[in-house]
Amino acid sequence: MATFVDPIVTRRIGTPESWTLRSYLADGGYEGLRKALSMPPEAVAAEVDAANLLGRGGAGFPAGRKWGMLRKADPKYLVVNGDESEPATFKDHMLLEQDPHQIIEGTIISAYAIGAAQVFIYVRGEFALGIERMTQALNEAYEHGAAGHRIFGSDFSVDVVIHPGAGAYICGDETALLESLEGKRGFPRIKPPYFPAVIGLYGAPTIVNNVETMSNVPWIVMNGAAAFTAMGEPQATGTRVFAVSGHVNKPGNYEVELAKNTFRDLIFDPRYGAGIKGGRELKAFIPGGASSFWFGPDKLDMPLDEMKVKGEGGSMLGSGSIIAMDDRTCMVRASWRLVKFFARESCGQCTPCREGSNWLEKIMYRIENGSGRPEDIDLLLDVCDNISPGVQWPSKWPPAMTTICPLGPSIPPPIVSALGMFRDEFEVHIKDGACPYD
Amino acid sequence: MGRLTKENVERARATIGLYPQARSALMPVLHLLQEQDGHLTEDGMAHVAELIGITPAEVYGTATFYDMLFTHPVGKYLVSVCTNIACLLNGGYELLEHAEERLDVKPGATTADGLFTLEEVECIGLCGNAPCLAVNWRFFGDVTDDDFDGLVDDLKAGRLADTVPPHGTLSRVRRSVGLLADKGGD
Ligand SMILES: Cc1cc2nc3c(=O)[nH]c(=O)nc-3n(C[C@H](O)[C@H](O)[C@H](O)COP(=O)(O)O)c2cc1C
Ligand code: SF4
Ligand code: FES
Repeated sequence: MATFVDPIVTRRIGTPESWTLRSYLADGGYEGLRKALSMPPEAVAAEVDAANLLGRGGAGFPAGRKWGMLRKADPKYLVVNGDESEPATFKDHMLLEQDPHQIIEGTIISAYAIGAAQVFIYVRGEFALGIERMTQALNEAYEHGAAGHRIFGSDFSVDVVIHPGAGAYICGDETALLESLEGKRGFPRIKPPYFPAVIGLYGAPTIVNNVETMSNVPWIVMNGAAAFTAMGEPQATGTRVFAVSGHVNKPGNYEVELAKNTFRDLIFDPRYGAGIKGGRELKAFIPGGASSFWFGPDKLDMPLDEMKVKGEGGSMLGSGSIIAMDDRTCMVRASWRLVKFFARESCGQCTPCREGSNWLEKIMYRIENGSGRPEDIDLLLDVCDNISPGVQWPSKWPPAMTTICPLGPSIPPPIVSALGMFRDEFEVHIKDGACPYD
Repeated sequence: MGRLTKENVERARATIGLYPQARSALMPVLHLLQEQDGHLTEDGMAHVAELIGITPAEVYGTATFYDMLFTHPVGKYLVSVCTNIACLLNGGYELLEHAEERLDVKPGATTADGLFTLEEVECIGLCGNAPCLAVNWRFFGDVTDDDFDGLVDDLKAGRLADTVPPHGTLSRVRRSVGLLADKGGD
């Protein structure tokens, strides 16, 4: 039942030298910016608001509504989040390398709409080629008159700075990102204040938006909000890029119409994941990045609609990454590895997150390696409950939070899901003193 | 090795000039220092502190938070093998094991000739080409054991000098445009 629409943000992927200004202009690049500059800024913001463009960075907050919350003060900043480090999420990586001008154009239009004179594009430090391509594109954009002083002869000027990260998953959290951009350790900020739109970079009102969110903006301005909302459903408009990986025949980034397509389409349609490798069975899949609760094959027909995935599924589309696991996958090992990730990336500010993640990793490691104890299963659940009180299987969204940032409650989902669906695997590991899949 | 060269001081000053507050330039300037020396030396960090106007302890405290910044020497080539979920499902740990054997080091260690440092890392965003690795953050996907051996040979023989710069070089493209302020903006 997959539907097919012309892609928006990935439409130029595969075009020769898609990252150059020449190629971008040949495909109508920067026309959206020219059009935006001919409109009042409020009209541009209203168009994005009417499109109901949900943030593509993980939290799914409507971009237009966020812009509307911006405190009226000068200066204001726009910060673009290109720190993508959620395990198995690789869409922004592609957009940064393959279509940097689209990000820059969307960013400058957005800066115009919200009245920011300074933009920072924070790019994950490990994305060396992405940083090179973004820097090159920005140099070209300035020379072309699309960035900097009096853009395309208008009264609007904005400076854009590409800021490299230096390796820390937590800096993807918007408040940690702002700390990092201020030259500090990437510690998420204590809330309140809840919104950088009120108090953000250097205490000034700041909009933080994801790379893919920005990439949609030129198209929305060119084609209008109505064309965007014609795709998907009212609560899930437009398209979204999903990173499909794990045991599929064709891993990759696939841009599909929201709400009209399902997890089954992404994993099994020959145009996308093309089914499970080696003709094996799908055992379970992770629907929205490392922080999401897992789904069994019974959830394959759930539509790609954040509200439904949260409400009916008790999980999330989150970062837009789908990881398929076949019937030979050891669920103890898979969930251990995700917990190990969180233990490594916890910034250490909150006790439940710092201590809990390390304990969980140790317990999971010993179960996987044959030294688990019968009481370990209860211990795992107990530690999970301390991090996110009431966390359970089947899951409910959102998991309760005792910590400064959502990384804390992201730790239990892999364990609670694996235990909920495959408790017998844990028991066999403990009883036999070995991993049955080794 | 140590303090930034005259040319790099110029680059650092230009970078600091891009930000409303000097401290924001700390990470990009530390990348510059790491590009110069391959890692962050004490003298270098003290120099960066001077340029930015903060204490060396603040520089050190920030630098040590970030995985890409090294306050001790590493090999000319930092080999980062991903073992996170998509790679785990597609042979990432087997690739890491092979890398350990081939280079004869454990993750975190550097080969005796100082050429390679091996790391086990979290997702590097190349999950569609698992298993994968990066050398000085230049990416290689769908890596077989044979590919790995070939890569090591090529690096040793200097055949990949165009693709993989020495450790620390983040971007070979530099910003060539100024800010509005430089034009006396209005
Ligand atoms: C631990 C953690 C990691 C995150 N990582 C990212 C990331 O890599 N990229 C991103 O855009 N948003 C990330 N987010 C979400 C951001 O905090 C923020 O919601 C987002 O950048 C806003 O942009 P959007 O509204 O356009 O989605 C992360 C959040 C948390 C708590
Ligand atoms: S929840 Fe974890 S990552 Fe988030 S602020 Fe607390 S310790 Fe840091
Ligand atoms: S999980 Fe290995 S690159 Fe993403």
